[in-house]
Amino acid sequence: MRKLWDFSGGIHPPQRKSQSNREPIRHAGLPPKLILPLQQHLGSPAETRVAVGDMVLKGDCLAAAIGTMGVPVHAPTSGKIEAMSRQPVPHPSGMVDWCVTLIPDGHDTWCERHPMPDYQHRQRSDVLARIRDAGVVGLGGAGFPTSIKLHPPERDKVETLILNGAECEPYITADDVLMRERAAEVVEGLNIMAWLLGPELCVIAVEDNKPEAIAALRSAAGDTLIEVVTIPTKYPSGGEKQLIQIVTGLEVPHGGIPADIGTMCQNVGTAVAVYRAIYHGEPLISRITSITGNAVAAPGNVEAYLGTPLEYLLAQASLQSDRLDRLILGGPMMGYTLQSALVPVIKTTNCVIAAARGELPEPPPEQPCIRCGACSEACPMELLPQQLFWYAKAEEFEKAEHQNLFDCIECGACSYVCPSSIPLVQYYRFAKGEIRAHNDEQLKSDRARERFEARQARLEREQAEKEARREQRARAAAEAQAKKAEQTDNGGQPLDDRSAKTAAVEAALARKEQKAGKAVSDARKAGGQTGTTHSPGNSGSSRI
Amino acid sequence: MLWVMLATLPGLAAQTVFFGWGNLINVVWCIALAVGAEAAILKLRQRPLAFYLSDNTAALTGLLLGLALPPFTPWWVSAVSVITAIMMAKQLYGGLGSNPFNPAMVGYALVLVSFPVALTTNWAAPAGLLNGAPGIVETLGIIAAGKQTAIDAYTMATPLDVYKHEIGARVAEEVRQHPSFGEGVAKGWEWVNLGFLAGGLALFYLKIITWHIPVSVLAALAVMSMAFGSNQDLYAPLSLHMLAGATMLGAFFIATDPVSAATSHQGKLVYGAGIGLLLYVIRTWGSYPDAVAFAVLLMNFAVPFIDHYTQPRTYGHRKARRGIVRKNSG
Amino acid sequence: MWTGILVAVAVLFVLALIFGAILGYAAERFRVEGNPLVEQIDSLLPQTQCGQCGFPGCRPYAESIANGDAINRCPPGGEGTIKALADLLDIEPQPLNVEHGVEQEKRVAIIREDECIGCTKCIQACPVDAILGSAKHMHTVIESECTGCDLCVEPCPVDCIDMVTIAPEIRNWTWSPPGKSIIATDRQGATA
Repeated sequence: MRKLWDFSGGIHPPQRKSQSNREPIRHAGLPPKLILPLQQHLGSPAETRVAVGDMVLKGDCLAAAIGTMGVPVHAPTSGKIEAMSRQPVPHPSGMVDWCVTLIPDGHDTWCERHPMPDYQHRQRSDVLARIRDAGVVGLGGAGFPTSIKLHPPERDKVETLILNGAECEPYITADDVLMRERAAEVVEGLNIMAWLLGPELCVIAVEDNKPEAIAALRSAAGDTLIEVVTIPTKYPSGGEKQLIQIVTGLEVPHGGIPADIGTMCQNVGTAVAVYRAIYHGEPLISRITSITGNAVAAPGNVEAYLGTPLEYLLAQASLQSDRLDRLILGGPMMGYTLQSALVPVIKTTNCVIAAARGELPEPPPEQPCIRCGACSEACPMELLPQQLFWYAKAEEFEKAEHQNLFDCIECGACSYVCPSSIPLVQYYRFAKGEIRAHNDEQLKSDRARERFEARQARLEREQAEKEARREQRARAAAEAQAKKAEQTDNGGQPLDDRSAKTAAVEAALARKEQKAGKAVSDARKAGGQTGTTHSPGNSGSSRI
Repeated sequence: MLWVMLATLPGLAAQTVFFGWGNLINVVWCIALAVGAEAAILKLRQRPLAFYLSDNTAALTGLLLGLALPPFTPWWVSAVSVITAIMMAKQLYGGLGSNPFNPAMVGYALVLVSFPVALTTNWAAPAGLLNGAPGIVETLGIIAAGKQTAIDAYTMATPLDVYKHEIGARVAEEVRQHPSFGEGVAKGWEWVNLGFLAGGLALFYLKIITWHIPVSVLAALAVMSMAFGSNQDLYAPLSLHMLAGATMLGAFFIATDPVSAATSHQGKLVYGAGIGLLLYVIRTWGSYPDAVAFAVLLMNFAVPFIDHYTQPRTYGHRKARRGIVRKNSG
Repeated sequence: MWTGILVAVAVLFVLALIFGAILGYAAERFRVEGNPLVEQIDSLLPQTQCGQCGFPGCRPYAESIANGDAINRCPPGGEGTIKALADLLDIEPQPLNVEHGVEQEKRVAIIREDECIGCTKCIQACPVDAILGSAKHMHTVIESECTGCDLCVEPCPVDCIDMVTIAPEIRNWTWSPPGKSIIATDRQGATA
């Protein structure tokens, strides 16, 4: 038995997992239309590669990755691109974002796939590129691009690779049923990641409230070197930093990444996605989502194509709209209330709770903080939530930052235990947003200052040059005058007049050339984007 | 807060049994006044009454004062105390959660320094020492009239007071002859303290309070008492410190007020130890026989300081940040 | 008696010398290297370079503030900037001086491109070189660099520049503070 550590704080909310983990995974089938947001991950949105009216095959790339943090989006089934428009997406703001709408043709025809079962004989970079091209992101929640995570900085050596099957949040059982039914795929996916990273130890960590999953993983792992570790049930043991602490006893340094201390965490669902990308050449086009809550008559886990509207899944689970109080995306601790059931399943959608009235009521009105310290006892990051709350509420963001606001993982344990029912996490999210916005503004104003100063300097220089030229001209004129006077004395007037004109024209041409040359070098200095009067005329049309 | 109030019942019962109806009448009077004062101030501050009164904190402040004030305290002394506690110490600072000092103890300390005789020597004589203990109506009459002569007939110095003033001149054996001591440690007081101890343990069992403050208060008091008080002819013995006066009420019900106490576990230990230490120091070398109010208030002063130096180290950080925020750093 | 007085004076004098030396040393040794005041003020100004304060750019205004000018002449910065300046200079914040304009939401300039005649006048007016184009060709605004200063609107001979408020968008959305707080409602005397 591996020695385990404990993390400080933590809570034991009611599990309520048995609602959804009794039935095997159901396939949700093809909805009438799929809505695929271009950003389903943490990073820059993908850029479309198809046009409205195009016919696509299952697995075709609809939108390609842009930049290092980009991840592509693929067609979950074959069909026709109906629209590219702004649609409601799963986001706490309830706002719209760019989406591709796909009408399935019902044939579900695959595009050409390129499995790579012999990955061990390939270059690591090829395998990473395949994972990236398959659109794999962390399926646990944040949606961090997996190929980037699997490529830690050179200086870091991953010694312990942890597969996160803790799934500590109440209600959610997507990983639980995945581990029960697809343990072999989980193990294969872990093998691929292990081959990429070369760790000394591979651990699959599962909370002890999932005995079936543990048994399935143990038998799938067989006599490999993979250790299936049972960890005590305590929220938030599935938080990356907490799980690393449980398994290794180490803490991820502030501002660092797990690889800095030789560890890495990957979600079990991500491992399956990696397995499918490598062994079957299939991009990430579907995921397992828990549909649960007391307002659905048939809760359970479904494998849904990305882009499937939640409405469709809820109808399949026999949603009783008269009992429905609110829809929560994610778990009750970290999730948020959905404003519309029309939003689609995306790569990070692990759970939808259709809460009946009285099941997950909105917290009662907040009472004053009495500094009881229950929150700091529950905080897994050993913060002082009450102190952060005072500062966030008073909008003293500098002090909140000083109290390590940005170490908060927003797990919600503090709000859960607060006897005054203060929505603490909401305050922290607000404070974080304000601080980020302020920092962005600061950056922008710094840039504006630089640009202003650069322009100022340029204008001065131009002024000085103009002045110099004027003087030069005056001197030349004076000289010419003097010469002319001399020549008048000599009596060769008509001829010289003409030659003086030619010289003046030549000088003007030279000046112009010089000016053009200078403008180009100016533009370069100003960072290429600076608007100058001499940039090519058509550059304006490439506005984004 | 309702549970905290219920947990004082054993102690209140013991007080009623041994010291008559006075405390019970005080408690009712103080709670009524406290709730009334809170309501009046909330009205003035245009805050919703029902919402804030339903937290029962004003009632608890009244209850604690009713328990702490001597049984025959004249009604207007209690009134001054309660109104000071609610209006000055609590609401003027911004209401629940914003008061740096324990409201009940501010109210108590004010009347203690204003009417020292009424508050220190006028504790009711334990039952059985009087020929005819006053009944409930009679007690009510005494409290309402507030006549010192009437009060004197039923009161007696407390054991802590007697010990404090007579030890040194006489040996422990002689001091203990005073009727207020009785057979045990301190007649009646031991049961009152055990009652509050039982209530406090219930609070701990119900996870309403943590062990840190009571344990450190009592431990510090015990350590001080053992360090200095081995000679009973010079200092009050450990048993008297533990089971006389407001020791248990203070340790479990007053010092544990979260608003004015330190926040972290470590901080609570320091805070409690400070109270225990001051309790002993003031009882032994100060001019008051009991000192819960002063000890708690003095440590309330120190809470920001304690909190500052007992900040936990955040996950992933080398050490806790303890400096003050410097403006425009970086 | 005189000896006593003299000794006391001498002792105090020596003590004063010693402590003076210590303080002087400490002042040198632990000197806090701060930005010059003008830099600090300038970093708090919004850098729109709009000139609404009456100075040609943010830095000249910063210099003027450092010399004691009023801190309430910057409409783009609005109350936030005034408060930050007041904090920095340790003076009372004042309300924005409306003579210089009113605080508005963040805006960017957008050129209606089909109407642009390519006169380059706006390019010359832009204080941060955020307009791109050349003579007799269409111009456009680099939105990410535009400070929303308004200075390009006036010179445009065909009025083809609009100042557009930056719309809330999913990528610049942030959490709002919790609204259900009793404190927010109890000013109106609502009961819970």
